[in-house]
Parts: sequence; structure tokens; C-alpha cells
Amino acid sequence: MTATPDVISARQRGPILLRPFAMIGQTVIGAFREVGRIAVFSGGVLAACVTPVIYLREVLRQCMKVGFYSLPVVGLTAVFIGAALALNIYTGGSRFNAEQFVPNIVVLGITRELGPVLAGLMLAGRVSAGIAAEIGAMRVTEQIDALLTLSAKPERYLYAPRVIAGILTLPILVLIADIIGVLGGYLVAVGALDFNGSLYLKNSWAFVTGNDIWSGVIKAAVFGGIISLMGCYQGDRSKGGAGGVGRAATLAVVGAAVLILASNYILTSIFVRIGL
Amino acid sequence: MSVNPISGPILELKNVHKAFGAQQVLRGVDLTVARGQSLVIIGGSGTGKSVTIKSALGLIPLDKGEIRFAGEAANDGKSIAALRRRTGMLFQGGALFDSLTVWENVAFALLYRDRVSRGNAKNLAIENLAKVRLPASAADLRPAELSGGMQKRVALARAIIAKPDLIFFDEPTTGLDPITADAVNELIVEQVKALGAAAVSITHDMASVRKIADEVAMLHDGKIVWRGPVSALDNSGSPYVDQFVNGRADGPIQPAI
Ligand SMILES: Nc1ncnc2c1ncn2[C@@H]1O[C@H](COP(=O)(O)OP(=O)(O)O)[C@@H](O)[C@H]1O
Ligand SMILES: [Mg+2]
Repeated sequence: MTATPDVISARQRGPILLRPFAMIGQTVIGAFREVGRIAVFSGGVLAACVTPVIYLREVLRQCMKVGFYSLPVVGLTAVFIGAALALNIYTGGSRFNAEQFVPNIVVLGITRELGPVLAGLMLAGRVSAGIAAEIGAMRVTEQIDALLTLSAKPERYLYAPRVIAGILTLPILVLIADIIGVLGGYLVAVGALDFNGSLYLKNSWAFVTGNDIWSGVIKAAVFGGIISLMGCYQGDRSKGGAGGVGRAATLAVVGAAVLILASNYILTSIFVRIGL
Repeated sequence: MSVNPISGPILELKNVHKAFGAQQVLRGVDLTVARGQSLVIIGGSGTGKSVTIKSALGLIPLDKGEIRFAGEAANDGKSIAALRRRTGMLFQGGALFDSLTVWENVAFALLYRDRVSRGNAKNLAIENLAKVRLPASAADLRPAELSGGMQKRVALARAIIAKPDLIFFDEPTTGLDPITADAVNELIVEQVKALGAAAVSITHDMASVRKIADEVAMLHDGKIVWRGPVSALDNSGSPYVDQFVNGRADGPIQPAI
């Protein structure tokens, strides 16, 4: 297995006028190569997620780490977003006498879009970076090599449990975020905008459909997978001591955030097409 | 364990080449380790001693050459898995899993590879901790709660628990004070002998070499430039070995600075 060198020597770079094109070309090729590497890595890990042996003890430990300890972050995000959303919709709606739609739009916006996307982005920061740093530290201290010599496959022992935990726990976190987000809107609507409390909740509940909730939950599962996969991928690739570990964490957060936003658009357009 | 009935070397490296990018690290390493033999690899920092060991374990893919374990080529997933099952490795920094307890570290291969029950695995771990002079009370601690010397001993217990035929030691005493280092060397010699295993060790420390080696091989410029019994170290006839043994900056080896 010989890797193509990433750096091309001066002689190979060609005439000076062509160099910008060569650089653009190299960047594009580099990007494709990275996408290919992520795809191969993800394929291997996802295969390990659905075939035996699955280390349940590890899965549970990671569910606690990914899910339970993320509750405060997700809850705080949701309550403030719900509150701000209610205010905005009220102000905008009042321009054409549509203030009464605040509960409907808040619940729709939260369940379909803001709940999963914001929980995903917050956890991209918290969980992706944490996983990348942890795995990266294991890589540079030779713990991953040690796993291999002890006949344990990192994708099975380390990565699959984290990815399973991400896929399982993010939907639960998002359901909780939905409730807290609606509550945030409710607090502002009742406290500052003179809405009737029980009517607000009744309207929210009557308006939201199973499809709204499902589409948010599916998004959350995908984002949960992305968050864990990117953390594992960057951690696995990290080298060069503490600096390399820090770099891995940063790359994981950026990669996860970009992939979450891109896949959110793709998923939304699929849901629109199939009427979910 | 008694002497293995199958004769022939336990490990052979043949013409092993490895480069990282433009940096050619190994340029044709040939090395044979007999069963039950303790071979020490010496050589300057960054000459590729760790890379040699990691290639032998299939942790680094070779560019060229061959690894044979117990007479069989180790060149695919299955043969490398068989090799790893019968070898142990003590990494330079210990490489203990810091999310697991001491006993879970020691019994890792039993728990996750051999699927031994946790109760039995823990008992076996405590037995092996005793072999490296650690008390049962250490079993439930985390690696971070141990001193460097204790971590090395836990790593040794982890390397021997599955009764390997060959154990690799990558600078087992680096970073330890001379007294602790000597104690770790004593344990290594004792445990390797008790298993009847072969050992391949890397060390910079000549006191350790004389303590643990039957034979010594010197790696320089990507090749083995000298090999002989430890008793021949002081009249090796090799300028490389002379310079290394006497710790001089002037000679055929350039200091790595
Ligand atoms: N995974 C790797 N990627 C790139 N270079 C490496 C890698 N592992 C080792 N090297 C390089 O190979 C050379 C030999 O390393 P090593 O075997 O660790 O030296 P030592 O003899 O001190 O153990 C060093 O220059 C090191 O930088
Ligand atoms: Mg080394």
C-alpha cells in the first residue's frame, strides 16, 4: 500500500503560470480523497454496528456519555430557541394579524428543524470533539496499537459503540428538546405576550402531527451517526502528539457541523418529496 | 511451559523495507529469533527500532519483505491474527487503556477475545498481577492512579496473561529511575523464563541489554549491521557497536540532533 504523496515537488509543479491551476486541482483531488476515506471508514464502522460481536457494556457506557451528560446543553439550547422563536413569530405575525399562529409555528419549527439541527450542532461541539480527542489520545499513546495486538478491532470495540450510542440517543435528546422548546415558547407567550396558557398548549398539541415528530427523529438519528463517526474518523487519523489531538478535535467539529447542515437539507427535501 | 516440540525459529524478518513518504526507514532488515531466545535490538533514536517491532506485529504494512511466525508467513488478516494470539507486546509508554481498571486492562484479551466471564477473568488478572508483584488491591484502580513503574508492571502482566510464545518489549525501562528499571528488568527476565517464551526487546540502556539479552542485534541506517551473543558486545569488531556501547558522539553513527 503506497500512499500518493500529498505534497508535489517543485519540479513536478510545472510552469509558473499553470501553478494556480495545479493548486486548485490538487485541492479538488485532496477533497475527493478525503470524502473517499471518510466513506470507507464509515462503511467499515457501520458494518461493525450491525454485525456481531457488539459490546453492550461499551454501548451503554457511551449512551451515558453521549446522551445523559448532553441533556443540560440540549435543554438550555431548546428553551432559549423556543422562547426567541415565539417572540419573532409574534412580531412577524402581527404584521398581518396572524399572532394566533405562534404555538403552531413554534411547534412545527422546533420539531421539524430547530430541535434536531441545533441539538446536532451543539453535540457536534460537545461530543464530536470529545470523541476525537479521546480516540486521538489513544492513537498517539499507542493504545489503538495495543488493542490490535490484543486481537480487538478498534472499529468494533471503540467506534461501533460510539456510533450506535449517537444514533440511539440523539433522537431521545431531540424529543426532550422538542418538549422543552415548546415550553420555552409557552413561557414567553404566556409571560410576555398575554396568551392563554392551556389554549397555547392545546393548540400546539392539536397542530403537531406524527410526521413532524418522525421527520425530526429521523434527522436526529442521522446527525447522531454523523457526530460520532466524524469524531472517530478524525481521532483515528490523528498523529503527532498533543497538537495532533487538538487538530483532530477541531476537524471533527467542523466536519460534523458541515455534514449535519448538508444532510439536513438533503433529508428535508426527501421528506418534502415523500410527504413526510 | 516446556520446550515447544516444533523446532525452527519462532520469528523471521526477511528483507523488510518500510518508508514513510520520502523517508526510507527500513532498508532490508533480516532478523531471526529462535524459540526461547532473548534478542535485544539496539540502535540510535529514530533508526526504526519501534517500526521494526510494529512491522513484525502487522501494525505497519510492509513495503517489501516478509514476516514469518513459527514457520508460517504472516501476510494476511488470518495469519496476522494467529501471530498476535501467540505474542505479547509491552509498549513504550505502557499503552494501558485509561478508561478501564487495572484488572480489565490485564484481562483484556480474555474478556474481549476469549470471552472469559468477568469473574474468572478478574481472578486470572489478580493472579498475573501477583506475578509482577502488584497486590490484589491494585486491581480496581485506574492506570492514571499508578506510578510509571507500576504502569509498566501492569503492562507486563497484560502481555503475559495469555501465555504467549513471543513477547516484544519496546524500551520497557525508559523513563524509570535506575532502581525501578532494574526491578522491571528482573521481572521481565523472570516472567519470560517462566513462560519459556522468546523475547525481542528494544533498549538504549546498556545495563538493561546485559541483564536481559542472550543475543544483541544493532540496527543502523535501516539494516542490521551487527549481531552476536551479549558476551561479544565488548569485542564485537564493529565500529557501530563500539560507539554505541561506549556512548561516544564521534564515530560512524551521527547523533540524532
Ligand atoms: N506512523 C509513522 N508515520 C510516519 N513516520 C513514522 C511513523 N512511525 C515512525 N516514523 C518515523 O520513522 C522513524 C523511526 O521511528 P522509530 O521506529 O519510532 O524509531 P526508534 O528507533 O527510536 O524506535 C522516525 O523518523 C519516525 O519519525
Ligand atoms: Mg522507539
